Amino acid sequence: MKYWRHLLTFILIGFLTACIPVNLDTPVPAYDSGIDPNNWVMVPSGEFLSSQFNELINLDHDFEIMVTDVTVNQYIAFVNQALLEGKIKIGEFQGKPALIGFYPGDPFHGIKHEIQIDAGDYLLVPLNDPASRFTFDGKQFVVKEGWGNHPMTNVSWFGSWTYCGYYGWRLPSEKEWEKAARGVDGRPYPWGWELALNNANFYASRDPFEDMNLVGSRTSPVGFYNGKTYDGYITLNSPSPYGLYDMAGNVWQWLGDVQFQEGFSDRLMAGGSKDTYDKDLRIWVRNSAPPMYYGPAAGFRCVR
Amino acid sequence: MPFLKSRFKYLFGTTKGLILVAIALIAIETALFGMLSGPMAELGVRDIVVRVFGMRLLPNEREGRIIILYHSIAMAVVAIETYMITSILKMGEFYRKTVRVLITVGYLFAMIFGMLFAYWGHNWAFHGLYISGLALIFFGGVLLTIALWPWNKEYYQPDKDYARTKSGVDMERVAFFATALTTVISALFGAVPGSFFGNGFEVFLAENVIRFPEKTTMQYSVIGHLHIMLALIAIMITLIIGRWLNFKGILHKIAMPLMILGTVVLNLGVWGVATPLEPIAHMIIYVGATPSMVAALLLLIWSWGKLIREGTAQYKKPTFFQKLAALVRDPLKFGPTWQMLFMNFTTSGIGIFMAVRLDEIFRLWPAREERIELTGHWHALSAIIATIILMYYGDMIGLKGKIRQLYGWLIIFFSDVALAGVTAFEMKRLFISEAEQQPLVNGLMYAIDFGLGSLLVVLAGIMVWRLVDLFKPQGRWSEEAPQELAQEVSK
Repeated sequence: MKYWRHLLTFILIGFLTACIPVNLDTPVPAYDSGIDPNNWVMVPSGEFLSSQFNELINLDHDFEIMVTDVTVNQYIAFVNQALLEGKIKIGEFQGKPALIGFYPGDPFHGIKHEIQIDAGDYLLVPLNDPASRFTFDGKQFVVKEGWGNHPMTNVSWFGSWTYCGYYGWRLPSEKEWEKAARGVDGRPYPWGWELALNNANFYASRDPFEDMNLVGSRTSPVGFYNGKTYDGYITLNSPSPYGLYDMAGNVWQWLGDVQFQEGFSDRLMAGGSKDTYDKDLRIWVRNSAPPMYYGPAAGFRCVR
Repeated sequence: MPFLKSRFKYLFGTTKGLILVAIALIAIETALFGMLSGPMAELGVRDIVVRVFGMRLLPNEREGRIIILYHSIAMAVVAIETYMITSILKMGEFYRKTVRVLITVGYLFAMIFGMLFAYWGHNWAFHGLYISGLALIFFGGVLLTIALWPWNKEYYQPDKDYARTKSGVDMERVAFFATALTTVISALFGAVPGSFFGNGFEVFLAENVIRFPEKTTMQYSVIGHLHIMLALIAIMITLIIGRWLNFKGILHKIAMPLMILGTVVLNLGVWGVATPLEPIAHMIIYVGATPSMVAALLLLIWSWGKLIREGTAQYKKPTFFQKLAALVRDPLKFGPTWQMLFMNFTTSGIGIFMAVRLDEIFRLWPAREERIELTGHWHALSAIIATIILMYYGDMIGLKGKIRQLYGWLIIFFSDVALAGVTAFEMKRLFISEAEQQPLVNGLMYAIDFGLGSLLVVLAGIMVWRLVDLFKPQGRWSEEAPQELAQEVSK
């Protein structure tokens, strides 16, 4: 009887622990990685080993890509500017307040499960979402303290597409992203062949930003894994062969391919995130979501 | 030497010995390789296991490793079911022995050499032996199907209490036959694309390609294969449990034709995914799954009725609580059908809900969320099948009194806690946001790990007891040696 009482108490405690509310504004450690998010690097055209099975394919053009994910600072600067210019607006999307922008629509084939995306205004970022790293007072968007140099999250594919397009850039295609992430030699991770806990920000990687009892895994500042030591936490320098940071872990990155396959209305995401196990940090792993999806583990970077 | 000879003869020459070996190997494999993923990886246990055992885990080979792991466990489960079938049903002695030899050598080869190949570098001789093992199991399946041929007068059913045709053909045997036959065909359905992808070393997990509209015929075959094989293993264990409990009467007469119809139509639907029938294949699958599930429900109604009747025989007008007490008084007889009912909450219910609301809910989430649901629901079904086998095994080895109660209820309790946790984990996005999920995830993971871990401890306890027993000159093993399951069918 005593055993069963202890067992039930244990289960009850577990159940109550699971009901603890999460304060998403819990302060985050402030670190400067020293990596400038305004930097770009050139990825040359040419052959490289692609996908899980190392197929040799050719990328027929050079392109430049951002060294880091777009940060909250960068995105909010864009939002305030674009709002002033009337390029984007405050409105509603599916009954919820949102920052919205125009998208010219996708081709539609009527294939099973395909979402019809016509020309119109779509959600860029939600307003009043507690997981967002900015506030909005009705006029101005402001970055929440401590999050400015973290990747922009809670941004839809439309929000990413609009940001890149605003500056005359675009989202990377899957093949561009892959070559930028792994170079030519078929490595599974941007920095090489093996993954250590301090190579990247992934689920339960014990980085200084996570608190697995409460808020869970959180984003790290862009370029955080660059070999620096932050208050005793030693990172491994983990750039891709072309010098890009965070190409594995931290946030999934939206890719630019539209109708990747005929009837596939989702948009691809790559790179794994703070919320996924290490298996999803392998470069060829694909995730996808409808373009209106937004979440605390999805961000992006641009190419030109 | 006689010591070893007698034990070897028991372990590899008797029904209960063979089942014990297979359960023990599955338990060891599950415990060892379960430490390579999920919370065990989080806690750093994986790294220790990899170092201690000298495993070689390359990132781009993960999917291939997992496929071999799944197959090696599944083959042992198929072997257990085969031992049960060959012991509980009448068949020629030649077939009985040959099927057992083939399937035993086959699953041991598949398990041992498959895992050596997958996790300890790529010794291609091991890969060859792994494939040989699978081939032996296939031939064992062909022979089993022949052995189950129901239109042999020797196997006609003389008792009118059971489902049978006018001429006396045993409909239950037809159901076993249909399940065995379709299992063999469905194995080919996986073997062909398996060879195709294996030769090109381009393996994939079905849950990772599920959203892409363009799939090759070979990909459809793999997706169909994994679904139908698990469904057939579930159907077969339902038939075995029915035979063990001595399912009969009017409900048996309704259930068996339904089971046969369901099995055949379900298979046709699944094979259809690799043909131009693909657009309507799912509809055929639903049509096939329904009679199979109704048949399982009829078994549940009959067995619960029987437990209640037998347990309340001493009362003139039993109350509700007396009936309830009678129903649950023997967890090993109540448990298997309870788990079948529970399966509706963890597997069938989830599957149907997902299918109905796929576009409105699930396809609005990232593909990785859908992957959790897909993998979660079939892991849950596999675990439920395993617990049903363990409960039958508990009866088989003669557990009695308090030990029987404890063993049965602990299996039910721990597995249901874990599977309820898995189900809530799969569906968590319906009631909590990504950003706020961590405490809930922790709570659910505790429940899942506590349940599964405790279940393995219970199993380990039984296995240690059986190991110790093997050292006794006249242990339980010696009593079990001549026993066959057909003699132990409920009255």
